[in-house]
Amino acid sequence: MTRIRLPGLAPLMLVLVIAIVGLLIVMPLGVVFAVAVSKGLSAYLAAFQDPDAQSAIWLTLQVAAISVPLNAVFGLAAAWAIAKFEFRGKSALMALIDLPFSMSPVVSGLVWVLLFGAQGWFGTWLEDHDIKVIFSTTGIVLATVTVTLPFVARELIPLMQDQGSDEEAAAVTLGAGGFTIFRKITLPNVKWALLYGVLLCNARAMGEFGAVSVVSGKIRGLTNTLPLHIEALYNDYDFVGAFSVASLLAGLGLVTLILKTVLEWRFSSELSVARRR
Amino acid sequence: MPADAEGQALEIRGLSKSFGRFPALNDVSFAAADKEFLALLGPSGSGKTTLLRVLAGLEQPDAGEVRFRGEDYLAIPARRRRAGMVFQHYALFRHMTVAQNIGFGLKVRPRAERPSRDEIRRRVGELLSLVQLDGLDKRFPAQLSGGQRQRVALARALAIEPRMLLLDEPFGALDAQVRRDLRRWLRELHDRADVTTVFVTHDQEEALDIADRVAILKDGKLIQLGRPQELYDDPASAFVYEFLGAACRLPGMVEAGRLRIGDWTTAAPPGAPSGEVSVYFRPDEVGFGPDGLAAQVRTVSARGPDLRVTCVAEGERLELLARGALPDGVTAGGVARFVPARFQIYPRTA
Repeated sequence: MTRIRLPGLAPLMLVLVIAIVGLLIVMPLGVVFAVAVSKGLSAYLAAFQDPDAQSAIWLTLQVAAISVPLNAVFGLAAAWAIAKFEFRGKSALMALIDLPFSMSPVVSGLVWVLLFGAQGWFGTWLEDHDIKVIFSTTGIVLATVTVTLPFVARELIPLMQDQGSDEEAAAVTLGAGGFTIFRKITLPNVKWALLYGVLLCNARAMGEFGAVSVVSGKIRGLTNTLPLHIEALYNDYDFVGAFSVASLLAGLGLVTLILKTVLEWRFSSELSVARRR
Repeated sequence: MPADAEGQALEIRGLSKSFGRFPALNDVSFAAADKEFLALLGPSGSGKTTLLRVLAGLEQPDAGEVRFRGEDYLAIPARRRRAGMVFQHYALFRHMTVAQNIGFGLKVRPRAERPSRDEIRRRVGELLSLVQLDGLDKRFPAQLSGGQRQRVALARALAIEPRMLLLDEPFGALDAQVRRDLRRWLRELHDRADVTTVFVTHDQEEALDIADRVAILKDGKLIQLGRPQELYDDPASAFVYEFLGAACRLPGMVEAGRLRIGDWTTAAPPGAPSGEVSVYFRPDEVGFGPDGLAAQVRTVSARGPDLRVTCVAEGERLELLARGALPDGVTAGGVARFVPARFQIYPRTA
């Protein structure tokens, strides 16, 4: 790595950037924890004793436990198809996978209401068959999957494209079948990138607000996820409660950051995101 | 293994393959004997790698037939062909050790045919010594040199006791000295194994040095197939002549059984085309003397034991090689006369 000495303006820019990061990222994070414990540790812990809070934690874990594996499977399948095969409309497919990143999450939630809501296209049919999608865990999972769709695929596609399919071809000539090749060649070659994608996907799945708020109906103790529960507490002027629960999400963010950094540091050659730097 | 009626183990008939509009193989037919070492030689884009991948089962041809040891080879899926392939960039399994790489083909066999764990370990050990990599079994591919990786790839291909060994520019990424050593070693390995080898290269010297026969491809077509000496002595076209080594070309004229280049004439060989022709000869197969083709000498310089004479004859710039002393007067700025000892005549094109 070559280092160049910073010319005149650079130290000034550096100071500016550090100030902005401090003001917009470090300080709010500190405020979250500070307000959370401002009324003492017992008040902090009490926020988690609330049955609504526990229900929100449980629901959030459930939603993540369903949508993250779904996304991992989808991401692997999409990346595999895109990286290892030639077909028409490949670039269109890649652009579509990226769409949730550029679209407001509210839209991702609204489409499901439009389809499955009481006034939606399939609303009457669902009601007749007593199936609840909107205002239920199913709807929250659908919205979460939509919003987090690109995470795993985007991490895997460049890596798998880079690796090519020579190793798979070699495995075929050595007598391996399709499933063996996937299990012993393809998957081990992308395992750290997959974990990296899953990690980011999980953080987003647990923290998603916009799309989930549209479909959940915000029924306390029933369809409120952690971010929605925090909003509800805040609207009730229960600041300590709101910030206490928020500290949980902030902690998740920090843990994700640490794990992500460890992965980038330890397995940089096996991650496409780190390689692009 | 019984060879079929014509006594050939590998028979390829009318093989064609296109990628979109690009014809990679165009009606290629040839046959090879059992245990033959065949080189596919051609410039990039000539279809040689596609042909190899068709033999491996990694590509399906659009048309044509491949028979090997009496079987319809195209009907056999790639994983059951027992065609050991060495890829251009080795394609070693990066997350497996050397030993795991070599043992892979044995380990993925159906349970009934799979050797025991100890047997696999023993075979891997044997292959490691065969490719002279003893002690490196626990290394990962990233920890090996290019030549070592190449040998791991070869050992991995040999582990399945292949009936056909397919090598795609296996020495392409190695330096010249390592290439020469590995070449002889590979040939010895082939001679000891019960295997028909097809070897792809764009290096004519390598092909002529190692193979029993060389197939020259261009634009997806088979141009010429023959033993190295046959090809060198009697190239079928100007393309083959130029591809097989350094070539000098001069315009000439064949009339009434005589070949004329400038003011020099000689008897035209039987079967030579008539009219305007291109005359090809090797730069080191010329004799300098008082008679022959006149050339304006530009420079004379030493090149190892030879002298390199840069000159212009019939408007063409030539670089000739002379062994030993030159006749008097052959110096920069003078006029030299030389006679090509052997030459080939092809109809003149464009």
